Amino acid sequence: MSTYDIIIVGGGITGVATAYELAKKKAGRILLLEKEFVSAGSTGSCAAGIRAQFGTEFNIGLMKRSLDKFEHLARELDYPEDKIELWQGGYLVLAYSEKEWENLKSRVEVQHRLGIMTEILTVEEIIARFPQLNLDGVYGGTFHQRDGHADPLHTTFAYARAARRLGVEIREWTRVEGLVQEKGKIRGVKVNGELIEGEKVLVACGAWSSHLMKTVGVEIPLWGEKHEILITEPLERAFAPMVISFSIGYYIQQRPHGSFIMGIGPENPAHWHDPRDFDFSPTWRFLERMSQAATSVLPMLKSVNIVRQWAGLYEMTPDAHHILGPIDEVPGLYIAAGGSGHGFMFGPVVGELMAEWILGETLSYDITRLNYQRFQKGELVREPAVVG
Amino acid sequence: MDPKKVIICRCEDITLEDVRNAIKEGYTSWDQLKRVLRIGMGPCGGKTCRILVLRELAQHLNVPVDEVKTRPTVVRPPLRATPLKVFAKEGK
Repeated sequence: MSTYDIIIVGGGITGVATAYELAKKKAGRILLLEKEFVSAGSTGSCAAGIRAQFGTEFNIGLMKRSLDKFEHLARELDYPEDKIELWQGGYLVLAYSEKEWENLKSRVEVQHRLGIMTEILTVEEIIARFPQLNLDGVYGGTFHQRDGHADPLHTTFAYARAARRLGVEIREWTRVEGLVQEKGKIRGVKVNGELIEGEKVLVACGAWSSHLMKTVGVEIPLWGEKHEILITEPLERAFAPMVISFSIGYYIQQRPHGSFIMGIGPENPAHWHDPRDFDFSPTWRFLERMSQAATSVLPMLKSVNIVRQWAGLYEMTPDAHHILGPIDEVPGLYIAAGGSGHGFMFGPVVGELMAEWILGETLSYDITRLNYQRFQKGELVREPAVVG
Repeated sequence: MDPKKVIICRCEDITLEDVRNAIKEGYTSWDQLKRVLRIGMGPCGGKTCRILVLRELAQHLNVPVDEVKTRPTVVRPPLRATPLKVFAKEGK
């Protein structure tokens, strides 16, 4: 018998949410290993946005479930509401060409069918509601009130704390050096040269996942891509929604804390497969591009002070969707990674569904198309509504 | 000295008591305390609070300050809070 029923590698939103959901289902002895501390990787570097305004039925349906969960998360996890910082000021998506405008409008039909009540706004209507915006070059926009913000750090801490309360063992500052298989199935993980045995192992360590998978000979097409963000000093609430452009690639939102958080997609980012290549250094070029985009669309930001810029990794896959589910070559081994910039917002629902999958239950939402074999079969999942 | 009245982080109004409570909850490194309390995330960028917090952690963990776990240094500019228009102009 193994020491643990399930070992989870990675203390980001995906790992802690899955650990919590598993513990809730009384899945046995669960160990979560994190090389630094809970939220230290991509989750803790992310832009804190949550939205259901996607382009495909599949993603809209998934994010609708995730928003439902975010709306009840503080109570579910018994964590202070003011720390989760759920803010549903909406996402305002702006179109900068006739074609983009037509595409946005066509997605709203799909969203309505699934109960996501996005509004279509003309330029005049946008100005009436959000007079702070400079709409030069804008054709129109779509707005969904339930989209918005949650604090990625506290959300992750909240899951971790709730998981611990239910008996999950979380070891931080503990790096997994490799996966261990025996007789064609998973045996556990290696830490400090020693084996920790687990019946099942879930790899949920973002851009670090493909490197770890290689230690049992499994090739996963997943890489890290550097994205940069900055944050300003806090101001009194001055602007409610996340304003975003898929074509220009910027997004800007005022957090409940008061600061404005913003990013813009990178130009020709490198694809990093080896963690030794990961580079988190901030660039001057980003500051210039971001400041130009931000002061242009929200002129009120001109005299607002930037207090910090940082970089994090998008964990990308060839079709910019998660890779989820069991690895057939190594029974007992699972993966949940590759959120491609959306790992945090999908986290609560991915955690719930991964727990079902690992326990062999019927999936309450069919995510099997996100299996890792889809790339060999050419069954890619496409999504038009993404940044960068 | 009442730990409720000792301000450790002036940017975010965090008291010594807040820091001690978070340490008790298990946030036992600078990086974790920063994420749970927002210390070091304000305009000063940790220039005021960091050493105070490290000293508090060292006392709690009963180790020298340089043995308190921190991530390899990640520089997060700007050194001083700077308005967006400065960089917008630079880029033109």
